[in-house]
Amino acid sequence: MAGGHVHALYRHHPGGLHRVEPQVKVATTLLFVLAVVAAPREAFWAFGVFGMLLAALTAWGRIPPGFVLRRMLIEIPFLLFAVFLPFIGSGDRVDVAGLSLSVGGLWAAWNILAKATLGAWASILLAATTQVPGLLEGLSRLRAPKVITAIMGFMVRYLDVIVGEWNRMRVALRSRAYRPRTLRQIGPLAAASGSLFIRSYERGERVYLAMLSRGYTGAMPETAPAAPALRQWLAAAVVVTGAAAVTAMGWVTR
Amino acid sequence: MHIPDGFINVPTSVGFGAASAGSLWFSLRRAADYLDDRRIPLAGLVAAFVFAAQMVNFPVAAGTSGHLLGGVLAAVLVGPWLGSIVITVVLIVQAFVFSDGGLSALGLNVFNMAVVGALGGYLIYSLLGRVLPSTRTGLTVAAGVAAGTSVVLAALAFSLEYAIGGAGGASAGTVAAAMVGVHLLIGIGEGLITGLVVGAVLSARPDLVYRTPLAVAHG
Repeated sequence: MAGGHVHALYRHHPGGLHRVEPQVKVATTLLFVLAVVAAPREAFWAFGVFGMLLAALTAWGRIPPGFVLRRMLIEIPFLLFAVFLPFIGSGDRVDVAGLSLSVGGLWAAWNILAKATLGAWASILLAATTQVPGLLEGLSRLRAPKVITAIMGFMVRYLDVIVGEWNRMRVALRSRAYRPRTLRQIGPLAAASGSLFIRSYERGERVYLAMLSRGYTGAMPETAPAAPALRQWLAAAVVVTGAAAVTAMGWVTR
Repeated sequence: MHIPDGFINVPTSVGFGAASAGSLWFSLRRAADYLDDRRIPLAGLVAAFVFAAQMVNFPVAAGTSGHLLGGVLAAVLVGPWLGSIVITVVLIVQAFVFSDGGLSALGLNVFNMAVVGALGGYLIYSLLGRVLPSTRTGLTVAAGVAAGTSVVLAALAFSLEYAIGGAGGASAGTVAAAMVGVHLLIGIGEGLITGLVVGAVLSARPDLVYRTPLAVAHG
């Protein structure tokens, strides 16, 4: 199984961001997103600054803008909720292009749209410049519980196998003219999901036995210790402090 | 349907994140005797299964479709503690690798789906198990009803979070009514498909279902 196959969201055109240690990227992304969410929605300029910072990092990581935009489509279902807020909102109303909209609802919708977009952008950059094993290493170096990162490792390693198995079952169902239109017809879908569970579970048992026969003792061998990334931590501190300063300025100038 | 960044403010997200972390810690402790080295690959495979199962689209109403959330399904199949750990892992991977759900909202999403969805749903399942007969049909119905209810409970948990620290704009009642209305429909699909999947596993490999009553396992 090729690495790129596992992680289609990763960009194989190394830019500057790819060389940053994963634990630095994970910590920076989390703190940056918190700063964005904490910024007051009235400070429009602050969101502009966050956006420019992300644009600069995107360029440095050599991630094409189209790639980021395509990945952002995942946020759409919940953003529809934001779009409805000005219509169902309470309080003062304004007329915009003949529509009566709630002022509070408009503010809430702007707040969600701006912060969700910036947050998604930041995490897309993280995923696009970090391989999954690196991401797991980064999380465990940041002291995430070992059991959690171990389960994550196995999940990610077998994700494509299980999803591929599901896709084959779906093709099998479709080629037998199964096209459910109502909830009454979901029986075969459920039966297929049931056998997918049994196959996954049995594969888990086989994987364990195969690993045992290769000397697995319950813990994965430690990888080489991380190179001291002091310069990277300093650069990350500049980014995070900058973002926090922007948020603080936003509250002052609000 | 994972909450992105910006829906809920930082203090509320951090508060619910702390509650989720506490619940995860407790689940890890309760699952510790079961989660030996042998179970870790297994838990990973179950997490991959939940991720794949969330791609199962089923028709909801005229032209629209919903997808499985899988909280109660996981809890019924591998037990509540491992089930909630597995759902948490799925949410972490979705947030970090797939940008599905905001990083600042991870604690909220874990609370709604792993704590309220999986643990709360399992509680309903085990309460129903005491009332309903210990047969395959009884367990299937219990799992289905618990799964359907857990979806509505998760929607209510979101409404509560939005009422405490949401972006505002609409009254708490409007948000709750809209969320519960939509999730009633999704809950019907979730309940039907969860019940049927549990029934299918019970008839093929009853030993794989967590604490199957002996009467079902050997019936």
